[in-house]
Amino acid sequence: MAAATGVVSEQLRRDVQRRKLFDQLFVLLGMTVMFAALATLAILFLDLVRDGAARFGWDFFTSFPSRNAQRAGILSAWVGTSLVMLVTVAVAMPIGVAAAIYLEEYAPKNWFTAVIEINVTNLAGVPSIIYGLLALGLFVYQFNLGHSIAAAGLTLSLLILPIVIVATREALRAVPRSIREAAYALGATHWEVTAHHVLPYSTGGILTGMIIGLSRAIGETAPIITIGALAFIAFLPTPPLSAEFPYVNFTWLSDPFTVMPIQMFNWVSRPDPEFQVNAAAAGAILLGMTLLMNGIAIYVRYRYRKKINW
Amino acid sequence: MQSEAESAPFMPATDVDTGILPIRESGRGALQISIDETRRSAAQNAPIKARATDLNFYYGDFKALKSLNIEMREKQVTALIGPSGCGKSTFLRCFNRMHDLTPGTRYEGSITLFPDNIDLVARNVDPIEVRMRIGMVFQKPNPFPKSIFENVAYGLRVSGMRSRVRIEEEVEKALRNSALWDEVKDRLDSSGLSLSGGQQQRLCIARALATNPEILLFDEPTSALDPIATARIEELIATLREQVTVIIVTHNMQQAARVSDYTAFMYLGELIEFDQTSTIFTNPSKKATEDYITGRYG
Amino acid sequence: MSDITSGPGAAAIRQRLRVRRARDRVIEAVLLASALVAVVTTISIVYILVSESVPFFKTVSLADFFTDTMWTPMFAEPRFGILPLLAGTLVTTMVALCVAIPCGTIIAIYLSEFAPHKLREIIKPVLELLGAVPTVVYGYFALMVVTPLLQKFIPGLPGFNMLSPGLVIGLMIIPYVASVSEDAMRAVPNYMREGSYAMGATRFQTATRVVVPGALSGIAAAYILGISRAVGETMVVAVAAGLQPNLTFNPLESAATITAFIVQVSLGDLPHDSIGYQSIFAAGLVLMVTTLIFNIAGFALTRRFREEY
Repeated sequence: MAAATGVVSEQLRRDVQRRKLFDQLFVLLGMTVMFAALATLAILFLDLVRDGAARFGWDFFTSFPSRNAQRAGILSAWVGTSLVMLVTVAVAMPIGVAAAIYLEEYAPKNWFTAVIEINVTNLAGVPSIIYGLLALGLFVYQFNLGHSIAAAGLTLSLLILPIVIVATREALRAVPRSIREAAYALGATHWEVTAHHVLPYSTGGILTGMIIGLSRAIGETAPIITIGALAFIAFLPTPPLSAEFPYVNFTWLSDPFTVMPIQMFNWVSRPDPEFQVNAAAAGAILLGMTLLMNGIAIYVRYRYRKKINW
Repeated sequence: MQSEAESAPFMPATDVDTGILPIRESGRGALQISIDETRRSAAQNAPIKARATDLNFYYGDFKALKSLNIEMREKQVTALIGPSGCGKSTFLRCFNRMHDLTPGTRYEGSITLFPDNIDLVARNVDPIEVRMRIGMVFQKPNPFPKSIFENVAYGLRVSGMRSRVRIEEEVEKALRNSALWDEVKDRLDSSGLSLSGGQQQRLCIARALATNPEILLFDEPTSALDPIATARIEELIATLREQVTVIIVTHNMQQAARVSDYTAFMYLGELIEFDQTSTIFTNPSKKATEDYITGRYG
Repeated sequence: MSDITSGPGAAAIRQRLRVRRARDRVIEAVLLASALVAVVTTISIVYILVSESVPFFKTVSLADFFTDTMWTPMFAEPRFGILPLLAGTLVTTMVALCVAIPCGTIIAIYLSEFAPHKLREIIKPVLELLGAVPTVVYGYFALMVVTPLLQKFIPGLPGFNMLSPGLVIGLMIIPYVASVSEDAMRAVPNYMREGSYAMGATRFQTATRVVVPGALSGIAAAYILGISRAVGETMVVAVAAGLQPNLTFNPLESAATITAFIVQVSLGDLPHDSIGYQSIFAAGLVLMVTTLIFNIAGFALTRRFREEY
């Protein structure tokens, strides 16, 4: 600051001050916008919970939908959602992880692989309602699955496949090359390197991706509407487990169903304000489920990162 | 160096057979020469373990190794030295076919393994079988994030060993041979990553030793370690000479001089000079070798 | 394979290796088949959309489809002009962008260039979390919270309008736009920033004159991918914009988007081979092509951006 004498340096200092003012203004602007956006959403969520609060209670979970808003509940919706998610995991997890392994660990660098990769990226950007149209044309009519749990589960698995693939690839990529080389140098085959090392060491990332994919699937409404799920379902699908041999059955796969977001949509679109309360309650529960799943995903990622530190 | 007097590991087994025992009483210099002489004659008499004949290697169109001809002798340590990019690591990785993992690579010529007389780089030889017989230790310690026990047992399991008892025996033997047993015997179940860098590298050596390889490849094994850990690894390599043929790539010329019996100097993918280590370091026949060793470039 | 292992047990090892090799080949085939599911899905989407649209376009000429100003598939004398649906989609998307682009960009610049490391570590996952909120919940907000609020400021605003869902979609894609542009800005190498600081530039000057121009193609990609999201968004508009096709560019009116129309038809019980049923595939085809163009442009820009650094 020894040089800070004379007219020129005075001017320079003023100029710097003026320019630094923009810095402070922008920090203010950035924080304002960010917290305004977050606060708006927070207020909206709180509002949802407040609106729906009147319905929270055991009855809401154990009642079927009804013409009487007070007595209506989400029993068939949450059971339907659970079963559809079961199908989604069972289909999307193995296919998504296997596809990711292929692309990350096996695929040679050529045009064919490029085609697959472009496909995956492209599918991630396809609007969900297009998946609904695909399912309507393919699963419902061509495969004759009808408006069933199986059709919905398959639709949602295709929908989250890109998410699972991208997340799994990222997790696989995090395993250092040196670990693969170590296993190869001991005489392991390609698959042994993958199955004994790469996969176990990337479990955390894969699980995280799967949970995030599922949290996306659980809230999807449009494709399920498209395949013709009904909102008014006053019965439950066949239970998958039974007391008699063979204990497990799959007839529930072809049963009609409804899911949480459809139930909410149905209530939202009714003019009667009583049903809006139901919609808010269902929305709050749905939101709670997705936030919980994402929370779990973040936790899993954190846990595994702590466990394996390359 | 001060530990030489009491370190039996530095004396090759042949000492006893030939009856030429180092004269411990007479000062350090005499000891040095005496060991060198035994080493020299033992090295000369050792049978050939592997021979590279007109070996060329390509990354795509780039010719990384240019008609190498060299012989590795059994239960001797051969050091590969040379400036960065000279192809020494590339050459090392030919022995266990690691290059097969990179698309677009190609071998020409042969590396014959004796006494079975097999060409390691021949296309019809399964690289997995090669790797089951030739172990490798890498630049940076790379233990699996599994238990210490499982790290060492992995090669055995892959090769089909099922018996728990035998695996335990072999793991203990490998850990003893890599001078790690005493440090880890009470915590074989803890993660390999919980060890210090030097211990991790010895764990990697144990892992490679467990399958009884015929040749053990070291790719700059101490470049990521501190001087004390480095000294322990070097000591270990000296003792390993008794049971396995060692090829080591190193940047450190003192290391090459300390641990190896033979030294190959490579430059730009070619083998410039190959001889007994003492000859290379005292009386190299090529000017390039001398320049490199005396630090004029590299 | 010539056998190099010799000695006792060699035959067993060799036999086992053959088995291991065979297993590897089978597994690779299974993995490849799984990867091909992605390709099959794309082909199926195109096939279904096109094959179901073909009978539709046999009845409705392409000229009518793109020039007629009415979309009334349920009427006794149905008319199939896609323009009203496109207009609805365009208006809601534009409203959304007016919110998402400035907010998303400012948040991205703030997070990438100004925010302390700790704050960024907290905000990033929160942003991700917001992306996971079910869209039907956002639809509820638009209809039940935002519209009543807007009606206080804009007298005569109908209960169904495009402004409210547009704003909510904008809010919804802020995290997406912010996160993708932030990634782009963080990818600008530090030496460029240092060069700017070394000349005596402030943070703000460095951000606006070095980082943003440097990350321009990445930021553009974020915008374009955001547009694609807004165009394809379904539930918010289906809930809050009304389902009546209406050729208007006034966001204060109610109108249907392409997506909302598909939902509306699906909610009804149209027979499989009716023209109404086929019309949703034709509308879907238009939607698919539109989003595809945006996606390809977005990904091309991202790739160009990655190549730059």
